[in-house]
Amino acid sequence: MNALILSAVFGVIMMFSGIMLKQKSIVRNVAIAGIFLLLLVNILEMGGTVFFRFDSKGMIVFDRFALLFNTIVFISTLLYLLLSARDMEKVGINYGEYLALIFFILCGITLTSSFKSLLILFLGIEIISIPLYILTGSDKRNLKSNEASLKYFLLGAFSTGLLLMGIALIYGAQGSFDTGKISLFNGLPSPLLVAGMMLLLFSMSFKASIAPFHFWTPDVYDGAPTVFTSFMATIVKAAVFIAFIRLFDEAFGVLQLKWQLLVAIFTAATLFIGNITAVFQQSVKRMLAYSSIAQAGFMMLSLFAMNADAKEGLLLYVTAYSFATIGIFAVLIKMKDYTFDGFNGFAKHQPLLAATTTIFLLSLAGIPLTGGFLSKFYMLKAAMGTGKHLWLVIFAILMAAVSVYYYFRIIQAMYFKEGDAQPVDITPVFKWTLVVLAALVILLGIFPNLLLNWYYF
Amino acid sequence: MIPVLLILIPLLTGLAAFFMKNEKSVRSWALLSSIMTMVVSLLGLTLLKEDKYLQHQSDWLPALGSSFSVKLDGMGQLLCLLNAVVYPLIFLATWNTSYKKARNFFALMLLAQAGLMGVFLAMDALVFYFFWELALIPMYFLCSQWGGEKRIQVTFKFFIYTFIGSLFMLIGILFVYAHTEDRSFDIAAFYKVVLSGKQQNLVFWLMFVAFAIKMPIFPLHTWQPDTYEQAPTATTMVLSGVMVKMGVFGMVRWLFPVVTGASYQWGDFITPLAIIGMIYASLIALRQDDLKRLVAYSSIAHIGLLCAGMFTQNTIGVQGVMIQMFSHGINIIGLWIVVEWIERNTGTRKISELGGLAQTAPVLSFFLVIIALANIALPLTNAFVGEFLIFNGILSSFTKYYVWFTVMAGICIILGAVYILGMIRKVAYGNVNEITARVVDIKFNEKLALGIIVVVILWVGIYPQPMLNLTSDLTDSLINKFEVLRHVVPK
Repeated sequence: MNALILSAVFGVIMMFSGIMLKQKSIVRNVAIAGIFLLLLVNILEMGGTVFFRFDSKGMIVFDRFALLFNTIVFISTLLYLLLSARDMEKVGINYGEYLALIFFILCGITLTSSFKSLLILFLGIEIISIPLYILTGSDKRNLKSNEASLKYFLLGAFSTGLLLMGIALIYGAQGSFDTGKISLFNGLPSPLLVAGMMLLLFSMSFKASIAPFHFWTPDVYDGAPTVFTSFMATIVKAAVFIAFIRLFDEAFGVLQLKWQLLVAIFTAATLFIGNITAVFQQSVKRMLAYSSIAQAGFMMLSLFAMNADAKEGLLLYVTAYSFATIGIFAVLIKMKDYTFDGFNGFAKHQPLLAATTTIFLLSLAGIPLTGGFLSKFYMLKAAMGTGKHLWLVIFAILMAAVSVYYYFRIIQAMYFKEGDAQPVDITPVFKWTLVVLAALVILLGIFPNLLLNWYYF
Repeated sequence: MIPVLLILIPLLTGLAAFFMKNEKSVRSWALLSSIMTMVVSLLGLTLLKEDKYLQHQSDWLPALGSSFSVKLDGMGQLLCLLNAVVYPLIFLATWNTSYKKARNFFALMLLAQAGLMGVFLAMDALVFYFFWELALIPMYFLCSQWGGEKRIQVTFKFFIYTFIGSLFMLIGILFVYAHTEDRSFDIAAFYKVVLSGKQQNLVFWLMFVAFAIKMPIFPLHTWQPDTYEQAPTATTMVLSGVMVKMGVFGMVRWLFPVVTGASYQWGDFITPLAIIGMIYASLIALRQDDLKRLVAYSSIAHIGLLCAGMFTQNTIGVQGVMIQMFSHGINIIGLWIVVEWIERNTGTRKISELGGLAQTAPVLSFFLVIIALANIALPLTNAFVGEFLIFNGILSSFTKYYVWFTVMAGICIILGAVYILGMIRKVAYGNVNEITARVVDIKFNEKLALGIIVVVILWVGIYPQPMLNLTSDLTDSLINKFEVLRHVVPK
């Protein structure tokens, strides 16, 4: 609960720091210190030291899974801020507010990773979504940013409606919001419960941009300022997935037979649409938007499988995916030209940045020795473990092969094509943070136990 | 101990090479590293089988049932030796070739060697898969960075091909893993797995595709001639000398013993494919004017024979394959060295533009003739031993069509002689023209490399027994599995 309280407090602090502190660098450092503090108290909580304790009537449970995921989120956010916080200055004048919104999102994330009641899930999702609508539209004078924000808001509000409707139906059927009590019924589940579950599945699919509910994603990711796209596509997406798997594991685990085929179809559709469309993109930013859909498809395999491997694997997957994507976005923000050709000849001018970007891309493509491979491996193993729908595994593999095509286009542009791609505004801190990030990606690929052991001990 | 060293020496020296400044020193560093690896590999040969220094096991992912387990068995010895011998030869022979950003080039070459070593040594399916992919990545960068004009597209095709193949293999591995008794990736657990006929077929095809692409077997060979042509020749040597052996090796270690039944049944389907590939490649090679493409197609033909030899599934045939894997690696690298030298010194690879090298470069031509004769399996050369055994194997195999297989494969050997001898006639003999008139004969480093190759060719050709002894127990255990089947389901 440490992180839950502190993240909300820090959100307020950041709002005021925007007014009180004149220099932007100090605001930034306060934010980075804040994340560091959050990370620290969260790790302390894993060791059993809890500073804030209140009775949530069993609506919030900070178990091992939630705490470890929060740690991952805070590490990712720390790295994200170290890499990209300077670039937020270019978005607009409300620097302090952007950082405050990020802290509020983190507060929402701690809720979605630890909910035990559907109400908290709803709260968490909304606390994440509303700041995101604002961040998407934060580039006020850009028409695309405005359009994206409006689109996101309207569709997001609609899907939140579905979420509430689903929760209401489930309450009607079971008389409780508690995820533990939802699955307690004798004989057949009532149609009301199944209908509610389906509505929850749809609305969560929307939030996680699962096909066929993904249509908002490319426009919003493309329209939002790139710094915030990076945050949305990684940390927020991971949080939604954690909520997703937590919900379906705890509340609807017994109903697996009812939703498994549907989830399998969603997974296949997401993989197909994400990968195939990404192939045809000319802009790296839009490609990354579709790639995030494609990666979400792989994460869906864990939902489909829903066994011990799946939960473990999802933690690994979101870590590897977030690290790699944050790294690529951080480099992308520094580029003048967002097309593939904009990367031509990048390696000649910035060999270190090119090498780290290559590691991130290899990880996303799922090449061994990177975290991306082992996380994909876990997903496939989990799906294989169900012993059903082998076609889905084979389809996922084929789509993984397709993904190589668009990830390697950047590598080809950086290394093998002639050009004059010069990133702007590279600081030593930026460079070394990227190196650390790349090292983490490789470390995850060789010793995933460094992360997963935390889950058990 | 020794297997770990075999992986670590090239890996660490390769990583270090990225940070070296001077091009000359990087070259010496790479050569030194490869010689060290070779010495370690030769040391390994002096130890008895199952010696404790030939294996190593340490925990890696206990939760998954995977451990870092490597071991040098007979076949591993043979292929690691090939890999270790080939590298110093390549570095020696291309000592005078200059590369842009030489440190990256040599670093990637050494990393590829580490990956290949890992493939040949791994005794755990997940570790095997790791190294299988790791060998590919440096190759991708080597070919795309230092290759010919069309390198980017061609290498990408190669990469996608092999990557899809290996992903299928991954599903196969996972499928077998899901059926092991104690959920383990260990090779012993894989060998004990019992699968039904249907499951065997599934696993067989999932894994065979990966190996077939790597070898390559018709109709999955289309990446190969282009890649060999576009890649820098030093890389082509690794690709054709060592890397294609990964496919054959993978079948022997990870496919046949695991799904023996399906391998036995599909033999009659795959051998014709291999033979079609042989004939097809030989016919194309007949009409080639480009030296690199000629050698590339001849390689497809030879690998096709290896595949056909594998599916004889009897002792003679498989032993022939073992020794031929080594011989083919040595011979083709000899050919590449000559081709690379010709291209570097005359500026052309077109056979029609060459001629009379025997007069201007007599030493080179001498070596070329010996290596070419070895390539067409003349008695007393190493390839004769291998191909003779393979043909013997095909003739005494249990399929109904063995006569057809032998005759068709035999035709390819004749075609091989036609195009190789034709190439020699046009390149080494004939009249000197203005392109070949100004060449100066090979220097000491090339003489040394080609000399070593010729010595190996003759030595294995005259006294192959030590090499056959190396792999005999492995083939025996493999063949026993097939013998049991043969009594139950005769073809």
